[in-house]
Amino acid sequence: MNLSFLVQLTYIVASVLFAFGLKLLASPVSARRGNQLSALGMLLAVIATLAGHHMIGYQWILLGLVIGSALGAFVAVKAAMTQMPEMVALLHGCGALGSVCVDWVHYLKLQHQPVFVIGSVEAFMLFLSIVIGGLTFTGSLIAWGKLSERIPGRPILFPWQQIVNLLLAGGILLSGVLFLLQPARIDFFYIFLTLSFIFGILLVIPIGGADMPVVISVLNSYSGVVACTTGFVINNTLLIVVGALVGANGIILSVIMCKAMNRSLTNVLFGGFGAAKKKSGVGVKKEVHSASVEDAALILEAAHSVVVAPGYGLAVAQAQHAVRELSQELEKNGAEVRYAIHPVAGRMPGHMNVLLAEANIPYDQLVEMEHINPIMDTVDVCIVIGANDTVNPAALNDKSSPIYGMPIIETFRAKTVFVIKRSMAAGFAGIDNELFYNDNTLMIFGDAKDIVQKLAAEFKNK
Amino acid sequence: MEQQLTVLPYQLFILALSVFLGFALISKVPPLLHTPLMSEANAICGIIIVGALIAAGAEADSPFSIVLGTSAVALAAFNVVGGYLVTERMLKMFKKKDPVK
Repeated sequence: MNLSFLVQLTYIVASVLFAFGLKLLASPVSARRGNQLSALGMLLAVIATLAGHHMIGYQWILLGLVIGSALGAFVAVKAAMTQMPEMVALLHGCGALGSVCVDWVHYLKLQHQPVFVIGSVEAFMLFLSIVIGGLTFTGSLIAWGKLSERIPGRPILFPWQQIVNLLLAGGILLSGVLFLLQPARIDFFYIFLTLSFIFGILLVIPIGGADMPVVISVLNSYSGVVACTTGFVINNTLLIVVGALVGANGIILSVIMCKAMNRSLTNVLFGGFGAAKKKSGVGVKKEVHSASVEDAALILEAAHSVVVAPGYGLAVAQAQHAVRELSQELEKNGAEVRYAIHPVAGRMPGHMNVLLAEANIPYDQLVEMEHINPIMDTVDVCIVIGANDTVNPAALNDKSSPIYGMPIIETFRAKTVFVIKRSMAAGFAGIDNELFYNDNTLMIFGDAKDIVQKLAAEFKNK
Repeated sequence: MEQQLTVLPYQLFILALSVFLGFALISKVPPLLHTPLMSEANAICGIIIVGALIAAGAEADSPFSIVLGTSAVALAAFNVVGGYLVTERMLKMFKKKDPVK
């Protein structure tokens, strides 16, 4: 048995471990073991590669490994759970840039070799890999900037944007075709490399902060595709397999996010939503019922079934721990407490679950939208905290509403609804919410954390 | 080129099956775990470290290649270590309800 055969065998074992790791993610009970198995697969792949290839530049490998691992560990330990979307965006970007570097070195080495002949598969895959990798890298950096509020989250639009984009895409294609005809010409290589970096920036800046969950998912998919194409460039099957797994992951999550917002992928990516069409609002000044914390506590005391519908505002107000305290008090009082999680409650797929789990809220209390809606009629009190568009009944019954058709958590069907809100300001999409005017809705105005703490205190002092 | 054309069909074959495998596995992951799923995807995407190691370890034809290769290793290691650690950190937080209350 020769060495390269052993390396290939190890690669197969690694792919199986990756796939198995993903399979174990199907349940929170086995998920950690899945993650560890997957990491083991990675370790095996690294060892096999180091042992199986004739290496000269060990000092460079070591340098890269030390720097990358140290930074990775630092960021992974430091990042707050609210910062998870930024962290993921950053990782997408680094992965994509890493692939671009691998392709680049490969090309510099083999530029004048016969593998890069006119129209060769290698040249085509290299072009594809560099373009997708380049735009994923800069696109992820912009997404990271928007999510961490280093650059404004609102859509950035400028005149002739579409035309500039078309010209860029045309330029990339043209330099690509020229490159395929003369694969030894490094100037064409540098042209499409640069253009795809610029293209990535322009693709993401017109997308608003509220749409970032979709953008992250799409970039996730791209980062998989890049790993895959790099696998074709350097002839490595392991990269192809893993790239396909990650690519599929990104596609599934993008589709779920789009469905949860009732928008098509093209609409999110090219629509420039949030910049335009603010409806003139409802003309009639309607009245809201408001309640004090004491009134609310009395109603809660009599409740047997309580559902909390959290939105990202809950995390902004840092109210997760206060909410857990309140729900523990309610449970002591004999009520059943559940959390209704909308797929887009948060800044990335599944974000709200992580934020609540961090506050030690058991995951069996976190209920998905499809499962909580059918039982909403039996709920005594529904507490809406920091959510707005995801509980807006206009999505169900107002055909003229921009969010019409979006699935919502049907909080209005509960016997009583509390809405904890700072003021009457509209949500992300700038749409008025008729839930606030319903007869069974009580508004509690103030800071979410403050109010929830006061509610919990009301129970404690009994 | 000829060698590539004999390998290519097999690679495409593997690609097609892997895509199906990916869809089958990931559609089973509950929305509860979608954030860790994504950071897990980041981590395994760091598999380009395999390519990066080969690029950095091979005989370099210019200092620039060394810079690129070393950067590739660092970026991939960042993904691997950052991705797995942060996933582990998140998954650790998911607890079932305490039976004793």
